[in-house]
Amino acid sequence: MLVETERSSTESSAASGLDFEDTALTLTLRLPGSAPAPPAVASLSSSSSSAFPDADRKCASSDADPDRSSLLAASSDAAPAPKARVVGWPPVRSYRKNALAGVAGSSKANQAAKFVKVAVDGAPYLRKVDLQAYAGYDQLLRALQDKFFSHFTIRKFADDERKLVDAVNGTEYVPTYEDKDGDWMLVGDVPWK
Amino acid sequence: MAPAAPMGRGGSRAAPAAAAPPWHVLPDEVWEHAFSFLPADSDRGAAAAACRSWLRAERRSRRRLAVANCYAASPQDAVDRFPAVRAVEVKGKPHFADFGLVPPAWGAAAAPWVAAAADGWPLLEEISFKRMVVTDDCLEMIAASFRNFQVLRLVSCEGFSTAGLAAIAAGCRNLRELDLQENEIEDCSIHWLSLFPESFTSLVTLNFSCLEGDVNITVLERLVTRCHNLKTLKLNNAIPLDKLANLLRKAPQIVELGTGRFSADYHPDLFSKLEAAFAGCKSLRRLSGAWDAVPEYLPAFYCVCDGLTSLNLSYTTVRGPELIKFISRCKKLQLLWVMDLIEDRGLAVVASSCNKLQELRVFPSAPFDAAEQVSLTERGLVDVSASCPMLESVLYFCRRMTNEALITIAKNRPNFTCFRLCIIEPHTPDYTTHQPLDAGFSAIVESCKGLRRLSVSGLLTDIVFKSIGAHADRLEMLSIAFAGNSDLGLHYILSGCKSLKKLEIRDCPFGDKPLLANAAKLETMRSLWMSTCSLTLGACRQLARKMPRLSVEVMNDPRRRCPLDSLTDESPVETLYVYRTIAGPRFDTPACVQIV
Repeated sequence: MLVETERSSTESSAASGLDFEDTALTLTLRLPGSAPAPPAVASLSSSSSSAFPDADRKCASSDADPDRSSLLAASSDAAPAPKARVVGWPPVRSYRKNALAGVAGSSKANQAAKFVKVAVDGAPYLRKVDLQAYAGYDQLLRALQDKFFSHFTIRKFADDERKLVDAVNGTEYVPTYEDKDGDWMLVGDVPWK
Repeated sequence: MAPAAPMGRGGSRAAPAAAAPPWHVLPDEVWEHAFSFLPADSDRGAAAAACRSWLRAERRSRRRLAVANCYAASPQDAVDRFPAVRAVEVKGKPHFADFGLVPPAWGAAAAPWVAAAADGWPLLEEISFKRMVVTDDCLEMIAASFRNFQVLRLVSCEGFSTAGLAAIAAGCRNLRELDLQENEIEDCSIHWLSLFPESFTSLVTLNFSCLEGDVNITVLERLVTRCHNLKTLKLNNAIPLDKLANLLRKAPQIVELGTGRFSADYHPDLFSKLEAAFAGCKSLRRLSGAWDAVPEYLPAFYCVCDGLTSLNLSYTTVRGPELIKFISRCKKLQLLWVMDLIEDRGLAVVASSCNKLQELRVFPSAPFDAAEQVSLTERGLVDVSASCPMLESVLYFCRRMTNEALITIAKNRPNFTCFRLCIIEPHTPDYTTHQPLDAGFSAIVESCKGLRRLSVSGLLTDIVFKSIGAHADRLEMLSIAFAGNSDLGLHYILSGCKSLKKLEIRDCPFGDKPLLANAAKLETMRSLWMSTCSLTLGACRQLARKMPRLSVEVMNDPRRRCPLDSLTDESPVETLYVYRTIAGPRFDTPACVQIV
């Protein structure tokens, strides 16, 4: 029977099933099937963001979105860098993965919807729109049109600019918003994000 | 003359009318009737092994057949042995196929089963396929071959489209259940729902929640209206909220509802409409869906909360207070599936509100994003297991755990039958002591004597496997990942675990020795999966030679081109899948899979 207590030989990384070409630079700590990492493994992983910036960049391009890369330069108690993914781990069904991706959208953040109030001159009541649901100003304009369809429509001007136009008498509507300083700003100046 | 002799001779001379025949010459119909009371297939199997006449009576009267591994027997074997089957369930790919570990085109085609059934079971009424490749041709054949076909259940299958569904709708006059769970269905833009004839009214279950495309809502409304026995309706994302309200008004007798995309901008009118519609559903007991649920609409459900026994909000991204308020009103819940967005404080409320809870599943909202931290820890699970005396099944994804918590859980809930803990980061130790979680999981298997399914995770050494092997006598399915430190770990499992049926292992340092030393054990199990361990091709070849009734499948990286035959015994094996079979080696393997 078995009496050995030594660790059996580990797989080479080529056969480890990981599906990317990164070298052992980041993998030595986390090679699947290797001997259990020393107890300090938890703290090692969290500091890996500063120890292995190259691999993190590669990781960032493959799975995390660009927004997250700013976290890599954060202080020592920052979240760990997006790890290179191991195939099929954690064990989440692909059906669920796809559903999560669809729901969370491109930002991968599960924030509550960002609702803002919209008031139109002459309209009897205000509406709310979810800024998270739109990917750009065009979509927002279209949504506003849907909500206030009795008031205005979108007319495309010669220089390809879309403006909200009153459906009845053709006067132009200008979307404005009040920012946190209390100033009224024209919608469209600041980049969407 | 004397009564019939104990030898069971029919006897040419009639016994006096008062003497009953000895029990073992009772006609088959009596045995068949007796066997119909046996609760489990395994009981029927045991009865069939007693003697030839019982074998004959049992197999000829078997109505329900479950084939847990489609390659364990050939379809023709099944039809020949059990000619009177009315309901069949067949499962195909191994469990880890759910996580992308099985190469594409691996197998599990449903076509041979449908063909054999069409030929041998013309009275077949129910078909269930799980993790199989089902084509439109299969569905067309089903629609054409079984005149009393009633139930079609497809779970995690792929390979078919709405064209196949159209064939089912058009051809199955007596269809009661069409249950499509988490399948990949190609949308051919065929309005399959319209193909249910106007005279068709027998539907009891309609689940198309996994369908990506649009459905004709008017047609759906008419269908729902005329099927007065409809009890289960699970919609897909294409049904807007106001149409949901209409459907509910047409089917107030509904027991189970999948809401699909429960989201729209908040409208007081729509809210009232929904609230009124739900108020009319007095029989509603099971609720799922709510994918993009907007918190403002959740109160529309409040009137049904009292009666709900099952709540699946595992695709709902609502957080915090609204979610907790909603769940806390569901005092009769027996089943709860949520996202980890519920956090520990939410689970504390569940613990105090839902004392009848039997099954809890907590799914990760951001499994691949370590930065997105949600406050769900061991605390939540400890609270629920302390306060819910009927809790017996748990699936819990979290990022940290302690031995102490697991020991407490084990002490509080010795009645667990299913305990699946997934600590998301591999090799995570007890975060307070930095020790492996051996003690915690050992406590679980020692305390929960009825444990049938276990998934372990976190930092684990061979010690935990010694406990599992020694104590988990009723364990039937064990899942191990990133654990153990030597061959001993696997040896403990294979030489213990008396009831083990399915063992699936990934990324563990287990090698050839324990596999070969415990080869005989594998024939008592349904299957063994080992991927990214320390196996060599030579050991697999040896295993196959030693155990002819096992099918030993070796799968390597599909991108690697060289055939297995040319590789030496020392070559590492990426994936091993072994299962017992009476059908011999299969012939439908793709290039990257080889039977050694």
